[in-house]
Amino acid sequence: MDTAKELTQRFLRDIEKASSLQDLEDIRVSALGKKGHLTLLMKDLGQKSPEERRVVGAELNRLKESLTQAIDTRKIELEDLVLNARLASEMLDISLPPRPQPKGKIHPLSHVMDQTIHIFGQMGFVVKEGPDIEEDFYNFTALNIPPEHPARQEQDTFYLPAFSEQQPLVLRTHTSPVQIRTMLKEKPPIRIIALGRTYRSDYDATHTPMFHQIEGLVIDTKTHMGHLKGCLEEFCRLFFEDPNLKLRFRPGYFPFTEPSAEVDIWWKGSTWLEILGCGMVHPNVLRNCDIDPDLYQGFAFGMGLERIAMLKYGIEDLRLFYESDLRWLNHYGFDAEVRE
Amino acid sequence: MRFTLSWLKEHLETEASLETISDQLTSLGLVVEKVENKAEELVRFTICEIIETEKHPNADRLKVCRVNTGKEILQIVCGGPNARKGLKTVLARPGDTIPSTKQVIKVGQVRGVESFGMLCSASELLLGEDGGGILEVDPEAPLGESYAKWLGLDENLIEISITPNRGDCLGVYGIARDLAATGIGKLIPLKDEKFKGTFPSSLSLKVDSDACPYFTGRIIRGVKNGPSPLWLRQKLQAIGLRPISALVDITNYFAYDRARPLHVFDADKLKGNLTVRLSHEGETCKALDGKTYTFTDDMTVIADDTGVISLAGIMGGESTGCDENTQTVFLESAFFDPIRTAITGRTLGILSDSRYRFERGVDPNSTLPGLDATTWMILAMCGGEASEVVSAGSPPEFKRPILFNPERVESLGGVHVKPSRVEEILSSLGFDVQKEGPKLSVTLPSWRFDVEHEADLVEEILRVDGYDKVPSVPFGERPEKKPLDSLQERRFVMRDLLSNRGLMEVVSWSFMSRGEAEPFGGVPESLVLLNPISQELNSMRPSLLPNLLKVAIYNQNRGIESLAIFEMGPQYSSPTPEGQHIMLSGLRAGGFHCGNWAEKKRDVDIYDVKGDVFSVFDSANISPQLETKAPSWYHPGRSATLKLGPQVLGYFGEIHPRLFKTFDLKGPVVAFEIFLDRIPLSKRKTTAKQKLTLSPYQAVERDFAFVVDLHISADQVIKSALKADPSLVENVVLFDVFTLKDNKKSLGIRIRLQPKDHTLTEDEIQAFSQKVIDLVTQNTGGVLRQ
Repeated sequence: MDTAKELTQRFLRDIEKASSLQDLEDIRVSALGKKGHLTLLMKDLGQKSPEERRVVGAELNRLKESLTQAIDTRKIELEDLVLNARLASEMLDISLPPRPQPKGKIHPLSHVMDQTIHIFGQMGFVVKEGPDIEEDFYNFTALNIPPEHPARQEQDTFYLPAFSEQQPLVLRTHTSPVQIRTMLKEKPPIRIIALGRTYRSDYDATHTPMFHQIEGLVIDTKTHMGHLKGCLEEFCRLFFEDPNLKLRFRPGYFPFTEPSAEVDIWWKGSTWLEILGCGMVHPNVLRNCDIDPDLYQGFAFGMGLERIAMLKYGIEDLRLFYESDLRWLNHYGFDAEVRE
Repeated sequence: MRFTLSWLKEHLETEASLETISDQLTSLGLVVEKVENKAEELVRFTICEIIETEKHPNADRLKVCRVNTGKEILQIVCGGPNARKGLKTVLARPGDTIPSTKQVIKVGQVRGVESFGMLCSASELLLGEDGGGILEVDPEAPLGESYAKWLGLDENLIEISITPNRGDCLGVYGIARDLAATGIGKLIPLKDEKFKGTFPSSLSLKVDSDACPYFTGRIIRGVKNGPSPLWLRQKLQAIGLRPISALVDITNYFAYDRARPLHVFDADKLKGNLTVRLSHEGETCKALDGKTYTFTDDMTVIADDTGVISLAGIMGGESTGCDENTQTVFLESAFFDPIRTAITGRTLGILSDSRYRFERGVDPNSTLPGLDATTWMILAMCGGEASEVVSAGSPPEFKRPILFNPERVESLGGVHVKPSRVEEILSSLGFDVQKEGPKLSVTLPSWRFDVEHEADLVEEILRVDGYDKVPSVPFGERPEKKPLDSLQERRFVMRDLLSNRGLMEVVSWSFMSRGEAEPFGGVPESLVLLNPISQELNSMRPSLLPNLLKVAIYNQNRGIESLAIFEMGPQYSSPTPEGQHIMLSGLRAGGFHCGNWAEKKRDVDIYDVKGDVFSVFDSANISPQLETKAPSWYHPGRSATLKLGPQVLGYFGEIHPRLFKTFDLKGPVVAFEIFLDRIPLSKRKTTAKQKLTLSPYQAVERDFAFVVDLHISADQVIKSALKADPSLVENVVLFDVFTLKDNKKSLGIRIRLQPKDHTLTEDEIQAFSQKVIDLVTQNTGGVLRQ
């Protein structure tokens, strides 16, 4: 029996010292394997007397039990060591950039259109469209700008070959023709906005031959200048995200509105900046659209989208909107909106 | 329009401050652009006299001058060709900053000779265009005095912009009238300046009423035309006009004081009598600006026996201009038609104070009073005696009175104004107001032809009291409507979609060069601009791609070789509204996933843009058919047309190699074009999705690899496989493609089977597999790769 005890003591020491899982396995085989020392001792039991067998057997089982437990404990320890060693070798450089997902940007003009539509949409305006290539009638004549009106020379108009001499074709110089097209098609009440490309033959630091406008038109029986002020104040304050933004309405001149007004905003507490033109729709314009000016009235306004985008986002050079420099687009562009 | 505060006060009696006046002007619609005092800015530049000049020892073009400043004598090196002994000119001293160049004057050596200052030109002091020589100051000017002050520039100069309908405010008197209406001052009435001539005019007139409705004039003989008196010169200089001679300065004065342009002819240079008529094609006249103008038909001109001598209402002719020898003048005051003046001025490209006023409308009733007032001033300054008036025609008729309901101020203008105030405002602006029941009968003054309707009168009331008096009223009712219809909404959705796929949105011109449009189907004559801004932008684009290719080149030239961009915008096939198509087009160039550590660099190919295109169609819930034929700007073997029935929805493919040369592009470039508004709207009325039943039975995947001829499309193999049991196959994925020798290729497909009512047995799977192999072999000649 002493042999068994001594053996066990030796194995327990070995287990304690085992430095790898393989060592431990070797010890297990040598102690408890098919031909292991303890196994062999167990086998020898058969030759012993029943009384001896009972006593020695119990002792052997106890020793086997203690060895098995010691091996299991040591195995967990060794596995931990191995895992820790592996983990120590598996350091990743967390500073590597994330796996890239290529991402484009929305042009600032589209973003501004989106915002203006949203703001006016909440006031009950719907979006209308018209062609870029317009008949003279819609772009000028119907808007109370007869052929020799001085306003025609102030807008350097692009011309296309005419269908007939009476009806020259132009690239629309403003979004106002959409007013005419809408009024000729629909009966009041009307509350619309029109956004899009407009064209004037001018190219310098503050003009591009193509630019964008937003136009608004309201026609009913009672909308007056007060509503015009209220509507534009609401828009400007929401768009420029300043609930106290000051607006200044001063007399202006447009052939298609009377009274006419230019609107300035008080910018950064330092200066008045002109941002849009507006007024009550001229009776001649209503008449040209078969709407009785004695029954109906309303207002119209127009503003440059580049202008308000530049102010809101601090963009300095107008021409860069159209240069399509990816560095610029990446800087001034916007992430896509989340939409349903 | 520029004027000084003191000039304004000649017509307006007021205690108001400059600031109040300035605010009122803007509030009236006469927007103040600038208020400045030049003399304050130029106070350090004083009058000096050159007392001696000497050639510079080391430079031919320089002179060494000894200059008397009034206090001391300085040595100054000067390059002005007109620097000479006895000349009075303007001095800048060390420490002074030259306004035009911001250069600070220092004591220094100029080519080895010491210089203690600089003699200035008009342009250097921002007092005029002339930079050719140093200023030549009046010999009587006092030495040592500030030049700008002596010039009369010690004045508050006010610059306002005048809208085209307010020609009456192109004279200081009209501005004063508007200001007086606001109550900040009193308009000082003009003196009665009627003049009776002492002898009959020796010149007679023939006036075509088409060319000129009303023409007046008179002879003034025995005049002496020297420089005008200092007060007049100073007045003109203060507003930036160059004094010329008394006669010319007087007419300029009336243009700016009364908005009344006039003209003086040297009557001794006239041959025969004057005819005011329409021009004939090809006639010419050398104008006072020294340029010769050629007329078309129907321009108003003034002629004598030698031909045209004046561009009526725009500019006088050189041959009959006044100079210091002039002794007899013919003074003209007329009413020229605004439209005709505008067209003539525009056609000939002449800008002048006279044109500016006539085309905006000059008060026709100021014709004769203007002539008389000017006559008085000429006689006072130049002496002589004046003839009786010769005239033809009459001032154009006034329009009938407007019946004005004062309640319109509130119903249209949104502000209540007392009827008595309404009358007061209109009267002070010169309107004649008579009560007519509850309404007013309002007769227009002769200078306000812009007023036509009640709405115009409402504007007059509002603007005099100030638009800020109108209270703002928010919209009460707000109809609940979606601002965008589905078609419009979809554009924003697709814009976001492509940007989320990594494409950058650009906005490019709607026009392009016709030549560069040639490879893209060309531009018909009807879409070529008649007056393009440049040849580069002379045509409406038939496709967005050429402009997008230019964007690619622009960025490639700036070191960005790989890019993905798109644009949503119009292209044009005809000038009608139907010929304008909203496109969603884009391109990818260079590599995909470039410069990133995680993925291997590869070139873009058509499958990238196919992905872009199909993401757009997927979002619209449609599956277009593909045709292996695309427009000529695509690579014929690497492009496709997308169709829905007979309707073309778009194209995608590799840009044709030929275009790389034309556009100087770096490849590869793949592109797509989608006719956005041809994509049908989803017909589904509800937002509910189709019902989905999730099968509890296990799905099974099986892989197959087929060897097929190179020309067999993957689609054919997949479609054949699908037919094996459409109810069982959930999807087929092409997971592997590669080319083998002998014009063969291998296609690997993975089929996922989803049973709905039981778990598949091995035998069933085996039977299905065999059916797939048989069908593919039968339909495509493909053989299962062992």
